[in-house]
Amino acid sequence: MNRQRWSQWWFVGTLMVALLLMLVPLPGVLEPFKPYWPALLLLYWALESEDQVSLGLAFGVGLCADLLDGVLLGEQALRLCALAFIALRFRSRLRFFPMWQQALAVLALLLNDRILLLVVRMLAGATLPPASWWISPFVGAALWPFLFLLLDDLRARLRIQ
Amino acid sequence: MARARDDSSPLFAGNAAGTLRLIVYLALAVVLMVLDQRNGWLWRLRSAASAVVEPVYRLAGLPAEGARTLSVAFADRQHLTSENQRLREDLLLANAKLNRMAAVAVQNQHLKELLDTQHSLELNVQLARVIGVDLGAYRYRLTLNVGSRDGVRQGQPVIDAHGVMGQVVEVLPHTAVVMLITDPSHAVPVTIARTGLRTVAYGARDGDELSLPNLPLAADVRVGDKLLTSGIGGRFPPGFPVGQVDQVSPAATGMFQVALARPAADIDRSADVLLLHDQAEPEGPPAPATPAGPPASQNPGLPATSVSPPGKPSVNAGVPR
Repeated sequence: MNRQRWSQWWFVGTLMVALLLMLVPLPGVLEPFKPYWPALLLLYWALESEDQVSLGLAFGVGLCADLLDGVLLGEQALRLCALAFIALRFRSRLRFFPMWQQALAVLALLLNDRILLLVVRMLAGATLPPASWWISPFVGAALWPFLFLLLDDLRARLRIQ
Repeated sequence: MARARDDSSPLFAGNAAGTLRLIVYLALAVVLMVLDQRNGWLWRLRSAASAVVEPVYRLAGLPAEGARTLSVAFADRQHLTSENQRLREDLLLANAKLNRMAAVAVQNQHLKELLDTQHSLELNVQLARVIGVDLGAYRYRLTLNVGSRDGVRQGQPVIDAHGVMGQVVEVLPHTAVVMLITDPSHAVPVTIARTGLRTVAYGARDGDELSLPNLPLAADVRVGDKLLTSGIGGRFPPGFPVGQVDQVSPAATGMFQVALARPAADIDRSADVLLLHDQAEPEGPPAPATPAGPPASQNPGLPATSVSPPGKPSVNAGVPR
């Protein structure tokens, strides 16, 4: 019972940290390299514990992110929903990919996410972003193996299911 | 429960129900986006949730704040001394200039009193610190650590020591969001200081510049020309530096000249900014004259101040001189 509650807190805590990391600015030069943390964390949980991640949760996390980010209500909810749907649909295959293949899949998902964002922003009347805007998915994919192993290791150490 | 579903379709989880749910959620998100785009719901929701949102901003701003503190703590003595020296010199220079200006300002005040206008050279400002929060919209926004509790209102101009930075677009109880003049959806009315030509400076589409897209071909604009706010539109008071032209070329259509200008303010380096408190004088059509009625003393039921429109300085006609 206690352990279950711990794992709940761990799950919620990681997602909240991801939202916080999304808001933390990087120094000017590194700015385009910032990965989309909520998507990475949501992907991790979608692959690791299917029971906890649903489309509704992705939608909720997205709404929270929108509330904090203040660009457009529903934008990240849409993106994270699409991401979670694809991840959950191919979950059983993604899980047994070797790590480099998984990272490639993550890259594809993140690129898809950027394209969605671009479509939404264009429809909302924003201008075309600079080329450096496309770096972020690659950084996210490069970080993925480390993030995955780190979170797995932490989970094993804390003995959380 | 989820395990049971796994057993029924072990390899390809997700089915028609999942797709249906996805469609429902996506539709919901799209509806939210459209409603938000039309009505600005997000900000109303945000001010309702400000008790949660603002601490998160402060928390997210901590690393930037910490980096700033660390850079001061570990900066070597020589660097600090030289910076201090430079600031002293700047202050001396500024004070000298101010002293020279004081006489001119008094004279100006006299002339203005003679002309019976209410422009004032005095600045009513409020200092604010920038919170380091990344709001995602391609870096054209700033978050400040003051809000409606400190008297900040939507539309207030924000300046730094060198020029105009932007204007307040959204206000929460303890934070305010500033739209920078380099935002592509921002426009500021300017005059070119050398020639007095009036035009509008928009945020450039790429990077941290301003663009003046519709200058007449015959207009005399050169590289190095300084742009000042013109005060037209009433949002920005006249006479503040906006930028300096660093490129002039004919537009692709051949109908206009296009100029690019570098903002005068330290757009991405300022940690402290000033909020202007007195709104600009409304220029343009004069305020409607107050209807001549019986004096206020004869019908005490009506408040005497109701003649001036809200948010604007009281009109001369209503104030006996």
